[in-house]
Amino acid sequence: MSEEQKNMEAERSLSLEAQFEARIARDEKIEPKDWMPEKYRKTHIRQMSQHAHSEIVGMLPEGNWITRAPSLRRKVALLAKVQDEAGHGLYLYSACETLGITRDELYEQLHTGKAKYSSIFNYPTVTWADMGAIGWLVDGAAIINQVPLCNTSYGPYARAMIRVCKEESFHQRQGFEIMIKLAGGSPEQKEMAQDALNRWWWPSLMMLGPTDAESVHTEQSMKWKLKRKSNDDLRQQFIDQTVPQAELIGLTIPDADLKWNEERGSYDFGDINWDEFWQVVKGHGPCNKERMNARVGAWEGGEWVRDAAMAYAEKKESRKNKKVV
Amino acid sequence: MNTNLYKYILGIADNSLILGQRMGALTGHGPSLETDIACTNISLDLFGQVRSYYQYAAKIKGDNTTEDDIAFLRKEREYLNVLLVEQPDTHFGFTIARQFLFDTYHFLFLEELEKSHDITLSAIAKKSIKEVSYHRRFSSDWVKRLGDGTAVSHEKIQEAINVLWTYTDELFHQTEADKVMVKENIGVDVTTLKDQYYTNVETILNEATLEVPESKWFQKGGKEGIHTEHLGYLLSDLQYMQRTYPNMEW
Repeated sequence: MSEEQKNMEAERSLSLEAQFEARIARDEKIEPKDWMPEKYRKTHIRQMSQHAHSEIVGMLPEGNWITRAPSLRRKVALLAKVQDEAGHGLYLYSACETLGITRDELYEQLHTGKAKYSSIFNYPTVTWADMGAIGWLVDGAAIINQVPLCNTSYGPYARAMIRVCKEESFHQRQGFEIMIKLAGGSPEQKEMAQDALNRWWWPSLMMLGPTDAESVHTEQSMKWKLKRKSNDDLRQQFIDQTVPQAELIGLTIPDADLKWNEERGSYDFGDINWDEFWQVVKGHGPCNKERMNARVGAWEGGEWVRDAAMAYAEKKESRKNKKVV
Repeated sequence: MNTNLYKYILGIADNSLILGQRMGALTGHGPSLETDIACTNISLDLFGQVRSYYQYAAKIKGDNTTEDDIAFLRKEREYLNVLLVEQPDTHFGFTIARQFLFDTYHFLFLEELEKSHDITLSAIAKKSIKEVSYHRRFSSDWVKRLGDGTAVSHEKIQEAINVLWTYTDELFHQTEADKVMVKENIGVDVTTLKDQYYTNVETILNEATLEVPESKWFQKGGKEGIHTEHLGYLLSDLQYMQRTYPNMEW
């Protein structure tokens, strides 16, 4: 390529990028076949796959309780919920594939630890009340994170999020309803509910991401409307929304420093243990290994099944072609 | 209480309960997302059916019995499911073979139960058969994929069919409650389904390039509450909450 051609190419790319940024500023949706900067593509693959992985790994802690759910009604609701998560994973992976990466490649990233998933799923589900706490708190925090994404700039992601959010809000209500029942039940049930809140409260706050000062992706993501509010704002919103719900059902938020700040019109809250957060993110939480072993185990153990399906489809196709000939 | 009708309903519903429990346990561990979702779906359908049957059985039993009492608070010997549905998921081939061998029966059974003079059972059958026709398609398609897929998958699904074959004959045994219900035009005469069942099974196995097992040695007992050793473990999970925290609402 001559110097002149190189300059023209650079100019063209610059102008494409300017047009692209202008489209985003006008709130237009970017679609898979549209031109996009490489960094936009990569950032979206990272975030969308991280989201998809979180759905799939998130099936495991709740899946633990499917066989032990305490009533038929609860069992059916839990099955349906975990199945919804599989569904979310499926269409988020599909949305991700529109950016030119395959589901197998994304799995590979998950299994080798290259891609992350939400750290909260590295905590164990040790009692039935954890099914309530996860729905109420974890799905509650997820909704706060995800509702703004229904308006994000990348079309397939935004459309997927509209459906995801509808289902998540149903899950959140379902979780809260489990907690209402427990909190209003026998002393043992109430204790179980309080214990679950104690264990899930802080990890749920951490789930909204590191503080703004430490968040490396926030600025760029804000520009692309991948993010509309900062982590700290989202966290405050979550706390303000959840504290009255806990009070309503007679449970205590495990934070001695929690108090209403009249001036701010928000709750002040205690220090988050960020060392714990980074420990879990870096792979040393209570269940990181178990979760990965389960995912890798299902994938490797299922290889012969997927191979069979491919081989069968090929045989069928070739038989059909022979008939046509 | 009409004991025969009560037992008859449990005999039908317990199959769905135990198979639903097995399929539900696989959630999150399937060989692909699509099969994972499908297995959970089958589990959900089966539990939906279970609830309809048990709610009806609870009404017949009276004395404030609930669907959950029936599902969770019986002893091992009081579960009346066939042995086939409690067999473990040794590998995905077993999951599919168990489902296929049961679905083929379940569909034929519901076709007849639709004609029951008991309007509740007939209504449950009408609703369930739509779901079961989907289950049957799913499991038959997978028998074909695995049978006619690779050498490895062929061997695995054949192994599962061979092992589970011994539990197929029990599907066509009549209990005392069955006999009474057949006489009253409420129940299905399962003995009449047997030939069609094996014909249908053989058709799919042939298409799947699998061999039809020749063994004529069969196991039975589930319908009388005498189970394989697998059921106790399954029930330990199923009943855990109700046993540990008795008399509570969830």
